[in-house]
Amino acid sequence: MSGLAMPKADSETLARRATIVADLSAIVPGEGVVETVNEMRAFESDGLTAYRQLPLVVVLPETVAQVSRVLKYCNEHKIRVVPRGSGTSLSGGALPLEDAVLLVMSRFNHILSIDYPNRVVVAQPGVTNLGITRAVEEEGFYYAPDPSSQIACSIGGNVAENSGGVHCLKYGLTANNVLGIEMVLMDGEVVRLGGRHLDAEGYDLLGLMTGSEGLLGVVTEVTVRILKKPDTARALLIGFPTSEQGGQCVADIIGAGIIPGGMEMMDAPAIRAAEDFVQVGYPLDCEALLIVELDGPAVEVDHLIGAVEAIAIRNGSTTCRISQSEDERLAFWAGRKAAFPAVGRISPDYYCMDGTIPRKELPRVLHGMRELSEKYGLGVANVFHAGDGNLHPLILYDANKPGELEAAEAFGADILRLCVEVGGVLTGEHGVGVEKRDLMPEMFNETDLDQQIRVKCAFDPGHLLNPGKVFPQLRRCAELGRMHVHRGQVAFPDIPRF
Amino acid sequence: MTTFTPTTAAEMLSAAQWALSEEAPLEIVGHGSKRGIGRPVQVEHVLDLSKLTGVTLYEPAELVLSAKAGTPLAEIEALLAGNGQQLAFEPMDYGPLLGEAPGRGTIGGVLAANLSGPRRLKAGAARDHILGIHAVSGRGEAFKSGGRVVKNVTGYDLSKGLAGSWGTLAVVTDVTFKVLPAAETETTLAVRGLYDEQAAAAMALAMGSSAEVSSAAHLPYPAVARINGGRFGSDAATLLRVEGFAPSVTARLAMLTALLKNAGPLEEIAAEASKSLWRDVRDCAPFAGADDRPVWRVSMAPSECHVMVMALRRQTAVDAFYDWQGGLVWLRMESGDPEAELLRAFVRKHGGGHATLVRASAADRAALPVFQPQPPALAALSARLKEQFDPKAILNPGRMA
Ligand SMILES: Cc1cc2nc3c(=O)[nH]c(=O)nc-3n(C[C@H](O)[C@H](O)[C@H](O)COP(=O)(O)OP(=O)(O)OC[C@H]3O[C@@H](n4cnc5c(N)ncnc54)[C@H](O)[C@@H]3O)c2cc1C
Repeated sequence: MSGLAMPKADSETLARRATIVADLSAIVPGEGVVETVNEMRAFESDGLTAYRQLPLVVVLPETVAQVSRVLKYCNEHKIRVVPRGSGTSLSGGALPLEDAVLLVMSRFNHILSIDYPNRVVVAQPGVTNLGITRAVEEEGFYYAPDPSSQIACSIGGNVAENSGGVHCLKYGLTANNVLGIEMVLMDGEVVRLGGRHLDAEGYDLLGLMTGSEGLLGVVTEVTVRILKKPDTARALLIGFPTSEQGGQCVADIIGAGIIPGGMEMMDAPAIRAAEDFVQVGYPLDCEALLIVELDGPAVEVDHLIGAVEAIAIRNGSTTCRISQSEDERLAFWAGRKAAFPAVGRISPDYYCMDGTIPRKELPRVLHGMRELSEKYGLGVANVFHAGDGNLHPLILYDANKPGELEAAEAFGADILRLCVEVGGVLTGEHGVGVEKRDLMPEMFNETDLDQQIRVKCAFDPGHLLNPGKVFPQLRRCAELGRMHVHRGQVAFPDIPRF
Repeated sequence: MTTFTPTTAAEMLSAAQWALSEEAPLEIVGHGSKRGIGRPVQVEHVLDLSKLTGVTLYEPAELVLSAKAGTPLAEIEALLAGNGQQLAFEPMDYGPLLGEAPGRGTIGGVLAANLSGPRRLKAGAARDHILGIHAVSGRGEAFKSGGRVVKNVTGYDLSKGLAGSWGTLAVVTDVTFKVLPAAETETTLAVRGLYDEQAAAAMALAMGSSAEVSSAAHLPYPAVARINGGRFGSDAATLLRVEGFAPSVTARLAMLTALLKNAGPLEEIAAEASKSLWRDVRDCAPFAGADDRPVWRVSMAPSECHVMVMALRRQTAVDAFYDWQGGLVWLRMESGDPEAELLRAFVRKHGGGHATLVRASAADRAALPVFQPQPPALAALSARLKEQFDPKAILNPGRMA
């Protein structure tokens, strides 16, 4: 991916930059247009920092009308547009393009309505994920999907990435918690999907928009479901001598009909790095550490803690601690939550992967990873959303050593290939972006990809919105749309009929 | 008339390719149990998926099940129940409402109609549980989307895109759903004798508590008399369902009882009786049977729905009951006239939502927009999507128009 090929910059657009900046400044007056190289530096990459590119110009609109006019203008002048929320994407979804307007939604930062009887919040897309919970927690409510980046990432970005978090096993992903959006299409049309009511009246365009990585429309308003905070939460910290036992324990918990609020696993390198960093008493003699959190009414939590403990012991756990206080529960989580920075301490750089696998394949995938680790001469630590099979291998490398970044990327690609090989997928929550774009053919054949591009063609036939992301090659819509049908071309099918 | 009955995905593909080459539109039928919904499709050829059957993968510990699209829902539900699992979105059975036998319907139809039931409120609809599909588009191309794992954001979610498309974009040949453990037990708390407005307040209170209510319905008279063999008599019943492990259900029920002690007389309905009660709500039992009075299914913000119904009642006679905390209202038009424009104007006026005419004479269904008409920009976008997937309109032409 280091040799990433992005769509060729349009020289005409580059040449007309001054006019474009002036026109956009007329649409978004005041501080709304950022065009100096120094100021644009802040926007040159997202959370995938290996890639940097200055945009043509940065625009920070404040109203839906401005978004609409900017897009309409760009559509008419065939100027590309890259939407951006908080820029925490780990897949390069918000990576600027040299000839594209970077449309930053951060000034859309207001909560528009809080409606407790219907349990919904309507927010502008630049409001942070945590900002929604903050706005309703006084009344005991919260917004369930909780990406680790929740303090920074925007709800609009969450919709674009269909983000998840540790609570998604029980409470669902962004897609399951968003009831409606308002969006602006590339031609400037403003469209509302869903609202405070459930389900769509026609095609589930909201389902298509969620996870569309900024390629279909710009989200300008989001309506989400909020939930009442559970009465209690307690956690178990369980250590196993082998990852097989840890994996079996997870399967048995689910087999017993228990869906925990969170269920996370770490492997030995991750456990060690985390314990060195936060010193919360993680057992260092195990190959797999499981954190199982149960939430709900106190009676239920007590009941299930007992059940999970019994399952853990049956599977040969060597440690099984049950949190006795809120402080202890948070201590169990502290190491897991600090896993990324902890790994950052033991290695100059790390590269975070995001495949999902059928859970039962965990031992095989971990074994494969160890072999790859030897092949590439790079370490790897694993944190794992164990309940839903979402793996986050952290590949350790040093960008200052020539060739190590490339090796890390090749290692990462091999891990994702392995995930697909065992029946899994390339990305569980971080998105395809530019990072996994060229791996898409590992999972989809050309016809599969064509259908996805057809969705794109219905929304943005000129491929002007966030091009170069998600799809390894962009087929022109006109070419894809062509139909050569002649009567009698296909014989009457020999199929059972009556 | 030809009815194709493919038994494999390959046969399915060649039927679609032939239809495309002949520009001969197909009506896509699972069991046809919901055929009475939507604009009547008048085409010469039928694609009958009822022989494309079989569960192809079921791994309870992985919470995943794959099946060919024509597999009977009843077969899948029985298989899951045998393992203490379920489709948590509780797909409704349209049979009784449409005056037909219950227990029919295919898993492909469940997705195509984006079915759900009372637990929709907490657990979502078919769209929220679909993980992956194989399908054949109106271009005669076989494709897949999604996968078999619970967490997946690789590419656009075409599986969701087909949910609720009523077979007008692509014919699904295989589906993979997320399945979940069935609750150990359930109990329903009924608050009796509430007016619609009081019921809306009680349901909002319950849903906003930490009692984790999984379904909330309100049955005014006369609908209430036709639920659960008439056990409620003729006094309105507001129903709150609590599901889970036994000790938890007991605790949460106590919580709800304390919360609602002043709302009205309370009654508990345990286990099996509770289940059959919710089955009746799910399948719209109050309006079931060989009856041709039009029935609407309307989805709105819960707090607005009863206000809309009250306004509507001043103009025409309707019989109504509510599910989804009041946000889903089933309406039977007593005069026999669907009153489509009147109803939709009121829905718009009260915060918006959508109204689908789920039962009506074929003449009414042919003459009226059965599905909620969309604003122009959205309608144009939907039409472009249809054009991308089925440019020659060979799949269920006119069904959603
Ligand atoms: C430390 C760290 C931890 C993380 N942990 C998690 C995690 O636990 N789970 C998880 O799922 N992700 C995680 N992420 C990834 C990231 O935070 C999410 O993908 C997040 O949703 C991105 O939001 P954002 O506002 O930063 O979007 P950006 O990075 O700005 O953009 C992401 C994509 O969304 C598009 N976009 C943004 N706003 C809009 C809009 N208004 N309309 C249309 N398109 C838009 C962009 O074009 C881009 O394609 C993590 C990231 C970091 C840095």
